[in-house]
Amino acid sequence: MVIKRQTDLTYADVTPKTLYMGRRNFLLGLLATTAVVAGWKKLPGYFAGPGTGSVPVKLSGVTKGPYNTDEKITPESSVTTYNNFYEFGTDKGDPSQNAKNFRTSPWTVSVEGEVAKPRKFTMDEIMSLAPLEERIYRHRCVEAWSIVVPWVGYSFNTLAKLVQPTPKAKYVAFESCYDPKQMPWASSSGIQLPYVEGLRLDEAMHPLALLCVGMYGETLPNQDGAPVRMVIPWKYGFKSIKSLVKIRFVKDEPPTTWNMYAPNEYGFYSNVNPNVDHPRWSQAKERRLGEFLRRPTLMFNGYADQVASLYNGMDLRKKF
Amino acid sequence: MNSILTSKWTKVVVFLLCLIPLGLLVWRVVHALSQGLPFDAYLTANPIEFITHRTGDWTLRFLVITLAITPLRKVLRLPQLIRFRRMLGLFAFFYASLHFGIWIGLDKFFDWPDMWKDVHKRPFITVGFTGFVLLIPLAITSTAGWIRRLGGKRWQLLHRAIYVTAVLGVIHYYWLVKSDVRKPLEYGALVAILLAWRFGAWLIQRRRNPAAESVRRPEPTTAESA
Repeated sequence: MVIKRQTDLTYADVTPKTLYMGRRNFLLGLLATTAVVAGWKKLPGYFAGPGTGSVPVKLSGVTKGPYNTDEKITPESSVTTYNNFYEFGTDKGDPSQNAKNFRTSPWTVSVEGEVAKPRKFTMDEIMSLAPLEERIYRHRCVEAWSIVVPWVGYSFNTLAKLVQPTPKAKYVAFESCYDPKQMPWASSSGIQLPYVEGLRLDEAMHPLALLCVGMYGETLPNQDGAPVRMVIPWKYGFKSIKSLVKIRFVKDEPPTTWNMYAPNEYGFYSNVNPNVDHPRWSQAKERRLGEFLRRPTLMFNGYADQVASLYNGMDLRKKF
Repeated sequence: MNSILTSKWTKVVVFLLCLIPLGLLVWRVVHALSQGLPFDAYLTANPIEFITHRTGDWTLRFLVITLAITPLRKVLRLPQLIRFRRMLGLFAFFYASLHFGIWIGLDKFFDWPDMWKDVHKRPFITVGFTGFVLLIPLAITSTAGWIRRLGGKRWQLLHRAIYVTAVLGVIHYYWLVKSDVRKPLEYGALVAILLAWRFGAWLIQRRRNPAAESVRRPEPTTAESA
């Protein structure tokens, strides 16, 4: 039961209509102001071109390497402004804006685990371990776009042989730099960081697997994985880890970032394979950046002659 | 405030404001084309993806704005806001059509078998496609003539399909992104608030007037309800 109390308000207490309207207008004004401020902050993005990233330095003494494709090289401006580097934001244009001031010097790469000679390499040492080669590779992203990039570096096995993996080493685990202070965008990327990747030892030792320190004749721009990264041309792009700080030779298959995030979508191997679709989209075709029509995706990204034998007897539908 | 809302010029201004996103896209395309390849300065290195995402974004924004009209009308006691609802809804349909048309003509380049495969095999495309198809009858019956022909009650019921489209639109976006779900969740939260408000209003109405629900007598309808 509701007990109604006599109200002690009289008509004189009624808020005058003008004041009442004032509140409404105030609320509307508040709403409009919020919208304008929010819109204003985003406005520059609507007009802005892409960021420029860091300033790469010309590399000298680069020789022509093996396995080069003669396909048309993707314009450098595309490769430096359209990036997946979630530590610096998840929009394609974010890394070129946000990685500008990323500190890549001093830099060391620690090589550990099942090796006879574990050691740390400085960037200077990495740059001079072997003659730098230009390797023009196709690069296929799991998102069904692709590019052709003239990378600079040398086969990863050059470095691996130096540290002498023991017979127990069956896999190689890679780890990216993760510095939350320099990468405040990373926390909202949705993936667990630091970014980790891995290869079977025989994959890592394949001469195509590149330890990469540059592209387009210069050192790597920050948004493309400066100062040193891996490039595995027959696998989806996310296997080619950027801004490498640690390499571990291990006995068991190491955890890998995207596989941990969605094991049904991203396998450990992640070889480019037009016959095995990503659960959410087809992998049969790809859009080469700068081209209008999609082109068919090639098995192992066109490197089947070189790498197919690594997977003899394996069911690539199960080990995707 | 009321005089501003009822002025015929306000409608013109709102119409022009709704065209700004398209204008900016056209501006980018014109500049990109006049500059030649690569287009990355204006349209990113992947122009088709960029235009698809922008038009998709604006479809969701216009769906949210359209859904916000009724709550705003009631909360701010500005019934005149109704004057803009049809136009905003049609702009949602307009940007959805651009989004869909770009997928057909630029992304898939009229490869019908491939598109059909996508529609029934890729859940994110299935829900996006369904959401778009649901908007078509709403756009067609958006005229005063169709409200008369269908009768207010039935017209209103049909046009509740926009609730489904908004939810499907959010799911479509959520299933598209790889791991950063912030933006789809922002749209999801807005749609959830706007639908929850309606549910709350419906509950209050039912409590006040339970007879209306049980007897189901025809209620007089005005353009105001919905």
